[in-house]
Amino acid sequence: MDASTSIETHHEPHGHDAAHEHHELGWWRKYIFSTDHKVIGIQYGLCGLVFLFFGFCLMMMMRWQLAYPGQAMPVIGKWLPHIFGAGTMPDGKMTPDFYNSLGAMHGTIMIFAGVVPLAFAAFGNFVVPLQIGAPDMTFPKVNAASFWAFAVGGVIMMISFFVPGGAAKSGWTSYTPLAAFSDTGPGHNPVFNGQTLWLIGFIFLISSSLLGAINFITTIIQLRAKGLTWMRLPFFVWAQFVTAFLLLLAFPPLEAAIVMQLMDRVAHTSFFLPAGLVVNGAPVSISGGGSPLLWQHLFWFLGHPEVYVLILPAFGIVAEILANNSRKPLWGYKSLVFSVLVIGFLSFIVWAHHMWLTGMGSAVSAFFQTTTLLISIPSVIILSAFFISLWGGSIRFTVPMLFATAFLPMFGIGGLTGIPLAFNSADLYLHDTYYIIAHFHYIVAPGTIFGLFAGIYYWFPKATGRKMNDFWGKVHFWPTLICMNVIFLPMFLQGMAGMHRRWYDGGQGWTVANEHTIWGLTGFQWNQPISWAAWIMGLAQIPFIINFFWSIKRGEKVNDNPWEATTLEWTAPSPPPHGNFIHTPVAYRGPYEYSLPGSERDYTMQNEPVAPAERTRRKPPAEPVLV
Amino acid sequence: MEIPYTISTRPDTGLWNAKVGIWLFLASEVMLFGGLFSAYIFLRLDAAPGTWPHGLLNVPVGTMNTAILILSSVTVVLAWASLKMRRYRAYWWYMLATILCGVIFLTVKLAYEWPQKFEHFGAYIKPEALGKYEKYLGNQRRTEKGLEPRIEITGHLHSQNAKEYEVALDPVNAEPDNPAMDRPHFFPLPVTDKIANIEKEDVLRATMFLPTHNTYFASYFTITGLHGMHVLGGVLVFIYMWLPVSKKLYQRNPEHLANRVEVSGLFWHFVDLIWIFVFPLFYLL
Repeated sequence: MDASTSIETHHEPHGHDAAHEHHELGWWRKYIFSTDHKVIGIQYGLCGLVFLFFGFCLMMMMRWQLAYPGQAMPVIGKWLPHIFGAGTMPDGKMTPDFYNSLGAMHGTIMIFAGVVPLAFAAFGNFVVPLQIGAPDMTFPKVNAASFWAFAVGGVIMMISFFVPGGAAKSGWTSYTPLAAFSDTGPGHNPVFNGQTLWLIGFIFLISSSLLGAINFITTIIQLRAKGLTWMRLPFFVWAQFVTAFLLLLAFPPLEAAIVMQLMDRVAHTSFFLPAGLVVNGAPVSISGGGSPLLWQHLFWFLGHPEVYVLILPAFGIVAEILANNSRKPLWGYKSLVFSVLVIGFLSFIVWAHHMWLTGMGSAVSAFFQTTTLLISIPSVIILSAFFISLWGGSIRFTVPMLFATAFLPMFGIGGLTGIPLAFNSADLYLHDTYYIIAHFHYIVAPGTIFGLFAGIYYWFPKATGRKMNDFWGKVHFWPTLICMNVIFLPMFLQGMAGMHRRWYDGGQGWTVANEHTIWGLTGFQWNQPISWAAWIMGLAQIPFIINFFWSIKRGEKVNDNPWEATTLEWTAPSPPPHGNFIHTPVAYRGPYEYSLPGSERDYTMQNEPVAPAERTRRKPPAEPVLV
Repeated sequence: MEIPYTISTRPDTGLWNAKVGIWLFLASEVMLFGGLFSAYIFLRLDAAPGTWPHGLLNVPVGTMNTAILILSSVTVVLAWASLKMRRYRAYWWYMLATILCGVIFLTVKLAYEWPQKFEHFGAYIKPEALGKYEKYLGNQRRTEKGLEPRIEITGHLHSQNAKEYEVALDPVNAEPDNPAMDRPHFFPLPVTDKIANIEKEDVLRATMFLPTHNTYFASYFTITGLHGMHVLGGVLVFIYMWLPVSKKLYQRNPEHLANRVEVSGLFWHFVDLIWIFVFPLFYLL
């Protein structure tokens, strides 16, 4: 075995100190108000998973209304009014306002309280310091502050469901002037109303990711182990590095926008409100002179980099797992690194492709159309490199590998269906239809979330010392994969048939959704199979939930490197103690030295020195020959 | 467990951790204020003629505040340099000077400049009634000279009833045809004792100079408010570093305290720099 696991009786002063300090901490400091990056990572991970499931539940409720509009929801329909208030679901039937709340909060919670905390903060916190051989993050207290800011933001978002008027209902994008006037007027508190709480919650979430991003970048720059040069970093670290820059630089303009919308709502300014607005038949007393378009620009200045915040960590996770399970080096490591850097840069200058319909003018549109098409190039390079990495490998279909390989075609579908949207002439037709919903969900649901599942199955043994059950992992995987496609594939067709994404009745009252059939069903009728697939997918998560908690205590015990991986996190004990490593690691080689010619094992870890004999027989890593 | 490079520099990057961290933080702050300044530009370029006011702020007071902030940036560098030379006494005095500068700045802003605005009154006149108030607006002359029209009457609100506002006029409305009123004044002119009665049905919208008054004041209060919160944050950090608790850190490891002063000083310079943009954008242009 490798050096770290063979020495169990070793007590160097450093390790002893760490254990001593560890011992002194009480339960609260150790598990709740911890400054240890691993505990914070796990806290983020658990909260992120809970929010993901909650956001999914909101969607499962909406799917009832879409498939069976106006009908009372069976079973839970009776007690939902007791939770969310009598006005939301009278007689188990969903009101339009409540439907809008669910839609807006589904998007907000999934993205900002679910995927970002899980993909960036949880995996980044737990894995990055281990992968770079660091004892912790550079600023452990800031790290804890980041988590608690996130927790406060999440709680505020949840509280907003229970204030008079219910949670925010202007879509996750909160476009003005709609958002400036929703949840105002009689029966609403001036501050404790859905939209205002949404804004306040956001300020906390943004502060949280700001603190996290600073910590990640500093840690990667400053705390890399000796010998771990930039081009020896695992691809996952690179992905997190770029993600952190996106959060660092793209979120503040949204924070500025949120402060301004907050001023519009609380101090009655007119940052986003033009003069002459009429609300509910009465002209409103505002100074005017603001611009709704300004909100859209500031929102999408975050909104587009945010897409890459969601996908880049998943790229990183998938890269690690593909290399590990195909037992060969990741193909085109340098191209991958440069691609991810180019994506990071270009993602800042594509935002207005969300705004083709606003009439910005053809010159502006042409610019953003060009940059949008440019950004598809590095994305395609990354996906191609992943596919080629599989070429000629001896693939192990472990559970993480199943999710990682499924990620590739799913992300591929999501990415390629985005290209028509990059052209403003095609987008004018598809804008705000179910086509858009299908396109970005293919990227974030079977894309990113599969990456996250893969990561959970893959690093679970590092966090607990035990493996998650393989059989139940597969029971989780296959129905989830099938349901994802049954949910989202028909939505492309619905969208192309002209169905709008925000219809409260699922299209029942619209000619366009009822008159043409697609594969035997009308656009409206397609809602039923989609909804059933969503509910079955909800059930398919039960094996995962049980497997997750059961395996913490009772999963199969494994050694420190169960996947026979090469990167530094697998040299630490499982679970790693406070301070992580028994020996401060030193890196002697690149991250993916699988199947090194002449080596006894098919993996060579980063901390294994290069033997003199190896120098002479070593050839450049073999690239596959594509015939 | 010790985290490396908290005080000493990492050889290959030449930096200690907090210095990397603070520069990243400042980068994000640039984007935050960048977003706000972009909004300012966007709104100002889009403003309808006559809706973007000029010369409403007190330029001498703003100039003084600018000088105070710049001075505090100097004293914080001297404080840091004193620490580097291990002169704690000098550090203590320079730090105190920095804190006082910050406090004076905030006091001037919150206790003088802002309240003065809250007491000032402005009424936007409906387009169809502009002719009726020509003697306060002087638009005929302004049109001839190619200047933006005046659509607002400002001053001190003496009283109001159900039908009208009684306003002691600002000089600009008291002598609208005086060419001296075409440009803002460096020294603000006091409100005159000329009284105007403005009928409420001629008024589009009338408020005190609050954020809701127009987009200019909305941006002014939002940006200076956010800037003020940054100043307050900096002052609180400096107070912590000036208190006896930091003397203990100094005795244990002077370099550690010097590093702390350095990163908070960098933040302070940034806050200063933001003001260098705020001052011309709102006071002068």
